[in-house]
Amino acid sequence: MDGPESDGIVSKPLVLVATRKGAWLYHGDAARGSWRVDGPHFLGHIVSHLVLDPRDRTTLLAAVKTGHLGPTIFRSTDLGHTWQEATRPPAFPKAPEGSVGRSVKHTFWLTPGHATEPGSWYAGTSPQGLFRSEDGGATWEPLSGYNEDAQYRAWMGSEQDGTPDGPIVHSIIVDPRDKQHLYLGMSGGGVHESLDGGRKWSPLIDGLEVVEGLDASNVAFHDPHCVRLSEAEPDRLYQQNHCGIYRLDRPGKTWQRVGKNMPAAVGDIGFPIVLHPRDVDTAWVFPMDGQTVWPRTSPEGKPSVYVTRDGGARWERLDSGFPQSQAWWTVKRQAMSADAASPVGLYFGTTSGELWASRDEGQNWALIARNLPEIYAVEAAARS
Amino acid sequence: MQVLIPGPLLSYTKEREVEAEGQSFAELLGDLDRRYPGIRFRVVDEQGQTRPHMRFFVNGEQVFDLSRPLSPSDSVQIVQALSGG
Repeated sequence: MDGPESDGIVSKPLVLVATRKGAWLYHGDAARGSWRVDGPHFLGHIVSHLVLDPRDRTTLLAAVKTGHLGPTIFRSTDLGHTWQEATRPPAFPKAPEGSVGRSVKHTFWLTPGHATEPGSWYAGTSPQGLFRSEDGGATWEPLSGYNEDAQYRAWMGSEQDGTPDGPIVHSIIVDPRDKQHLYLGMSGGGVHESLDGGRKWSPLIDGLEVVEGLDASNVAFHDPHCVRLSEAEPDRLYQQNHCGIYRLDRPGKTWQRVGKNMPAAVGDIGFPIVLHPRDVDTAWVFPMDGQTVWPRTSPEGKPSVYVTRDGGARWERLDSGFPQSQAWWTVKRQAMSADAASPVGLYFGTTSGELWASRDEGQNWALIARNLPEIYAVEAAARS
Repeated sequence: MQVLIPGPLLSYTKEREVEAEGQSFAELLGDLDRRYPGIRFRVVDEQGQTRPHMRFFVNGEQVFDLSRPLSPSDSVQIVQALSGG
C-alpha cells in the first residue's frame, strides 16, 4: 500500500497483477475510473509476486520462473520498461558431499525492507526459505538462522506439508517502527516473530485453531494463509488462517478468532486479508467455502467481500456489482490489496482471470479486466 | 564446441547455436554462464541437480552425469521437454 490521499484522488495509481502466465501493470487515472494496461511482461512465465518499492515508487521486483526453467528475480528501475535479472537469485547453500541439500523451486513472496534501509528486500520461497537482498534485488543471501535451524526445519516438514504449490514462506512483515522486528507466516508451520532482524525466530500461535483432531500445540499443524500488520497501529495484526480470521494486539501473544462473528452460513475461511491504511479497526476479507473437501470457492457461488469496521466484532457483506449467483471465484492470498487513498481503493484478482476494483472501500465494485491467466497476486501502489 | 540452445533460453543467448568450452559438461555450463549470466541457474539447481524437464545430449546421447568429459569436436544439445498447460 502506498500513495497520497485526498478525497478519492490518487496520484498515479498503479495495480500490479502477477499471473501464472505473466504480469500486467494497470495505470489508473487520478479518479481511479479508467485504467491503461501495460503488458504482458514475462509472457508464459509464472510470476508469483510483483511488487513496487514504496521507497522510490519506481523500482519493481518480480518473482519469476517458468514451468521448465529455474526460479529467478527480475528487477526494473524504470517501472517495467526494462528488466534486469538478479545475478544471484535466492538459493540454498550447496550441501556437503554425501548429504541432500534443498533447492529453491520458486520465490513466492517479496517484501521491501525498512524505510531506513533503501535497497533492502526480503524473499520467501518454496520450499520454505527466507532470503534478504541489500542491493535492490540483484543478489540474495539466505537467512541461515531461520533456514538452517533444526527446529524450524522440523516445522517446515516436507513437500507433503504445504500448499498445492509446495510449502511456502509468506507474509514477511517489517515493523515500520523497528527494522529488527519481523514477522512471517509459514504454510504450513504457523506465524513467527523475530526481534533481531531475522536471526532468531519464535512462534506466535497461541489462540490459533488447527484442523479438528490435531494438536494445536504442535507448530507444524498451523496454517496461516495471510498475516497483515496495521500501518495505522503497528501493534495490531490480523490474520486469515486455514481455520478462521484472527486478530492480535501486541504485546499480547494470544490471537482472538474474530471470524466467529461472521455469518455462520458464510464462515470465516479464505486466503487474503486486507487492512485499512489509517483505521486500525477496518479490515476486508474474501470468504471461501471451507466445508468438506474444501472447494475454496465463493460460498454458494455468490461472491462477496466482507468488512469489519470495529476490529472484528461485526462484519458487513459487500457485493454490489458482483454476480449474484453461479460465480465460483477463488482469490489467492496475495491477490487482494488496498491503496492509500481516501476513500480507500480495493482490488482483487480471481483464479479465473478477472481483476475487480472498488474506489469506495468496497461499497461498489467494477471489473477492470477479464480473460487474464490465473491471477496469483495483486498489489495496489502509487508510482512516482 | 557448438551448443544448441532451446527456445526458453534464447532470452539469454539470442542465438539458437552458440560457442562454449569445457572439459566436462559441468564446465561447459559454467562457461555458458560466464558468457550468458544467469543461464546456468535456470537449468541446474544450487545442489548441482538438473532441473525437471531439462535434457542434455552429447552427440545424440543423453547425459545424466554432469561430470561427463567433453572434447572440442562434440556436439552438445540442451533440450527443453515441454509439458503441462
